[in-house]
Amino acid sequence: MSVIRVVSPGLQTTVQDLGRFGWAHFGISASGAADAFALRAGNLLVGNAENAAAIEMTLMGAAFEFESDTVIALTGSDFAAGIPLWAPIEMKAGQTLRCGPSQSGARCYLCVRGGLAVPKVMGSASTHVITSVGGRPLRTGDLIPIGNESIRRPRSAPKTVPPLNDGALRVTDGPQAGNFGDDLYRGPYTVSEESNRMGLRLRGQAIASAAGQMLTEGAPLGALQVPPDGQPIILFVEHQTTGGYPKPANVISADFRRLGQLRPRDQVTFERVTIEQALRLLQQQEQWLYGL
Amino acid sequence: MTIRPASDRSLHVVFGDRISAESYATVTRLTHGLTGAREVLNLHPAYTSVLIDFDPRRYTHERIEALVHACLETPAPPEPEPRHIEIGVEFGGDCGPDLADVAQHTGLSSDAVIERFTAAVYEVYFVGFSTCFPYLGGLPPELATPRLSGPRKHVPEGSVAIGGQQAGVYPLASPGGWRLIGRTRLRLFDPQSVPPPLLRMGDRVRFLPESPR
Repeated sequence: MSVIRVVSPGLQTTVQDLGRFGWAHFGISASGAADAFALRAGNLLVGNAENAAAIEMTLMGAAFEFESDTVIALTGSDFAAGIPLWAPIEMKAGQTLRCGPSQSGARCYLCVRGGLAVPKVMGSASTHVITSVGGRPLRTGDLIPIGNESIRRPRSAPKTVPPLNDGALRVTDGPQAGNFGDDLYRGPYTVSEESNRMGLRLRGQAIASAAGQMLTEGAPLGALQVPPDGQPIILFVEHQTTGGYPKPANVISADFRRLGQLRPRDQVTFERVTIEQALRLLQQQEQWLYGL
Repeated sequence: MTIRPASDRSLHVVFGDRISAESYATVTRLTHGLTGAREVLNLHPAYTSVLIDFDPRRYTHERIEALVHACLETPAPPEPEPRHIEIGVEFGGDCGPDLADVAQHTGLSSDAVIERFTAAVYEVYFVGFSTCFPYLGGLPPELATPRLSGPRKHVPEGSVAIGGQQAGVYPLASPGGWRLIGRTRLRLFDPQSVPPPLLRMGDRVRFLPESPR
């Protein structure tokens, strides 16, 4: 079996697929790629099923040596690797791919034809960094076996890639929207350095809410929760499965891609949309993937 | 019962705003009934509610809502026999830095707090929070103690705690605002085992006092 050797690990480089579902009632959130759109596109480009395990890099990229000829694709943000993004690329045996610091957003994905043959835990290869379910971030010297799970020929590179939404983050009303005024929509908020795959902590004008205790309840991906200090937190892929802070809004699925690319110090504003609008926007995004 | 979208990919089903045996029975029934349903990605049961995640590319909120009604209209299957789990705890000292505060708040001696805490049988209402935290019902009402005014930055793994009228055990070191009365050496969370949490919804739990090692 052919392997990829980790020459340098970057800042936080993990194996991810589309997540581990069916375990939230055991207290374990899905995890999975922070920018699932980029991971899916990369897998489709190299001829894999869209859920194949691939590598997620964060802010500062890693370097990898390929033991044999391999078809790869880099998607997501530009990590100055010196090869075209969003395109299948042939790497030769012995060749090293060096990714550097991000030139755009927070994450870059390395998808490999055949997928990564890492063991699945509870049905998924994804790393849940905070709990170590599914493994740990990669280190220098790690050997990652390449699988043989490709399902078709690599695709040709698309002419255009749908741009990231760089306007307001779009949200639908959360379960406690009625307890909040319009503070959230006055923005802007700055992504704090304390953000991670569990949550994006925002700093800005405190959000006031009507007083009142609430019972702990389930918390979905992308929920904005507002603790007593009024500084919102967006629950992200390794989020807590339940929470007791009120949730005025929830980021729409079509903008999860943008969440995965937000970096510390980026600024965001929010715009309210309906569920119907949110689903239409998701459908538009899916159309492009279906075309690959 | 109220049913409404919590997001474009989840439905929130709520059975009232007060903890009661009746609403909790509905929570367990819906959770068991929907476990394994192909339309459902994840279930998040809590005291009086269940959050249901689904794939919005394949299913609609209406479809999931119909599933909820169908599940609650079928006669409830017999409850599975609960599992009984005993947890050894070293109380007080470095393991339970808030035991004295709990004693002071409740007007009991530390020994009396331990005695009453270990006499009770707890039920795991649900498992959640940051990771695999068991929310335990069944705390003797006289032991209820408010949470700390601000959370601790670091609560050690295995800490046994009281938060208001609830009890819980921290499966991993994490921040937390509950009152720490003891600590167990039993590992509640093992990422290598499947599924990793020792305590699951519906389990019955007893705490046994252990002497310091």
